[in-house]
Amino acid sequence: MTLPPAIIATGLSRSFGSIHAVNKLDLAIDRGELYGLVGPDGAGKTTTMRLLTGILEPTSGEAWVAGFPVRTEAERIKEKIGYMSQRFGLYEDLTVMENILFYADIYEVARSVRKARIERLLGFSNLTPFVDRLAGKLSGGMKQKLGLACALVHTPEILFLDEPTNGVDPVSRRDFWRILYDLLREGVTIVLSTSYLDEAERCTRIGLMHKGTIIIEDRPKNVRSSLAMPMMEVWTDKVRTAGEIVRTVEGVSSVSVYGDRLHIGLKHKGAASAVLVMLEREGIAVQDYREILPSLEDVFITMVEK
Amino acid sequence: MIQDTFERINQMVLKEFIQIFRDKRMKAIVFVIPLLQTMVFGYAVTMDVNHIPTAVYDVDRSYESRELVRRLTAPGYFDVLYRPGSPDELRDLLDRSKITFALQIDRGFSADLKRRIPTSVQVLVDGTDSNTGIVALDYANRIILKFQRDLSATRPAPAVRIDLRQRAWYNPELKSKNYNVPGVIAMVIMLTSLLLTSMAVVREREIGTMEQLMVTPLRPAELILGKTIPFAIIAFFDMVLVTVFGVLVFDIPINGSLALLPLSTAIYLLSILGIGLVISTVAKTQQQALMSTFLFYMPAVLLSGFMFPIENMPEVFQYMTYLNPLRYFLVIIRGLFLKGNGMSILWPQMAALLVIGVAVISFSALRFRKRLG
Repeated sequence: MTLPPAIIATGLSRSFGSIHAVNKLDLAIDRGELYGLVGPDGAGKTTTMRLLTGILEPTSGEAWVAGFPVRTEAERIKEKIGYMSQRFGLYEDLTVMENILFYADIYEVARSVRKARIERLLGFSNLTPFVDRLAGKLSGGMKQKLGLACALVHTPEILFLDEPTNGVDPVSRRDFWRILYDLLREGVTIVLSTSYLDEAERCTRIGLMHKGTIIIEDRPKNVRSSLAMPMMEVWTDKVRTAGEIVRTVEGVSSVSVYGDRLHIGLKHKGAASAVLVMLEREGIAVQDYREILPSLEDVFITMVEK
Repeated sequence: MIQDTFERINQMVLKEFIQIFRDKRMKAIVFVIPLLQTMVFGYAVTMDVNHIPTAVYDVDRSYESRELVRRLTAPGYFDVLYRPGSPDELRDLLDRSKITFALQIDRGFSADLKRRIPTSVQVLVDGTDSNTGIVALDYANRIILKFQRDLSATRPAPAVRIDLRQRAWYNPELKSKNYNVPGVIAMVIMLTSLLLTSMAVVREREIGTMEQLMVTPLRPAELILGKTIPFAIIAFFDMVLVTVFGVLVFDIPINGSLALLPLSTAIYLLSILGIGLVISTVAKTQQQALMSTFLFYMPAVLLSGFMFPIENMPEVFQYMTYLNPLRYFLVIIRGLFLKGNGMSILWPQMAALLVIGVAVISFSALRFRKRLG
């Protein structure tokens, strides 16, 4: 039996008054993908999530999730999906176990499989030692993992995560991604939204969102190379002064500072030598340089400016 | 399907109870507010009719006038705190609320009695505290009539007649009745149910669990029931709590059928829980829910006949009270407790309450579902 595609959206739109939060969005996500909706705050990521999970009615357009249309069969969709909203949606005055049990009850998880499943969820999220702790007393990373455990208690086919790692420390973020890859191996389709571009790099496919619609969509690597713009990276002691100088060089289209490096966008490959000559003439010591692929951030900024 | 629905509602209710009993604020609303209100209203009404601060302005200074004052003070209802020397002084004492009751015996009182011609004493009452005023006047009336009868017995005909002229200052009508404790039941149910319902829903929205619940198979109707049944149960608990407290501590009589109390409470709760849900759709934070609740609660109590008789209100406000569920429930509950009324007398109130209740709960359920979507 072939399962219907995880998500299809055609012309999906939602307005709040005169604001078009989501504007004629088209989307096709296959089973087993880890799809990232990437964009700054206000791009329409959360509204898209809420439309696809059936919380919000579209103003126009239609979407199918797990084969069911969101307008008319939202209740069927709810049995197939897990959703973790931005704030994890935990009852802080209930314990870790009470939170999981509550969602297990609401999802009607059969008593026969419940115990084994909860043990497994607690195990992979490392929450087993904390079952009797109030959710409000957990750290940000643990809250997030508990939220994920609650969203997974009914073994959904499709998992929606809205900015799941917002406000979570780097170590917990790494743990969280390990869990997501485990889920992916088990065949769960994951759709997540993020404004962190380093996280976007870890998705199998991303859609860059801007003003309520997807402006470019592909594998992260392809998205980067789609921007047919040669770039070079330059290591130097005086990045700020060097940046000012490079900006004046003919053939340079963009300059941004990354710690002790400069990312320089070039109109053509030949401009690279002009940059190096100019820096040497101004007495700036260049430790190293190389040609690089543009980062997602570079792509994003260039796309939005177009 | 039905079984799943029942199970999900059951789990919502259980969760709500765990949360209430872990939250100090919520526990205070459930246990402390009802008892506090009963104490405040119960004591304020029952204790004040003893030791009424009194002034005696005795111009006559005779054996008879002293005897009347002695009889007045003997039972402990009146404490003579002042003996003013002039009418102005007496007026000043009333104005400054030093006293709530004054007896004025004019010159010639004993002489008139001896000559067996009609005479008079003046009684003044501070009518701002109408409950105390009406009780004080009643006591004074009875004591003075007894005094008159005793005098007539010792002195043969023609019969002595003392003409009592009573006047209540500031509020001459004195229409309010002192059945406050049964009324507290109605107020407590309203306040606790409104607060708990509105705050519990808003809290879910504040912490983000509402959004989470909306992607579960929990239906909107199940959510509404899960968010109202726990507070209906608590309202019944509070109703019993205040009733028992009122009967044991304040000797409130239950003259009517006790079976009508839970029935009318259930009908009353339809409106109250409905209003709680409406507030939860308006308020964004728990503080806003709290403030909105009191914004509704204060006028609802004032325009219910609980403290101020509806007949005294301007016509516009009188019409407004017809929309107030508290108005009907007060009549029912006071009728049940004090007058011993049954269904044959109270059915119009019950019917009105049911109509309002069904209308409010339907409107709130629709609005609540719309807000979810």
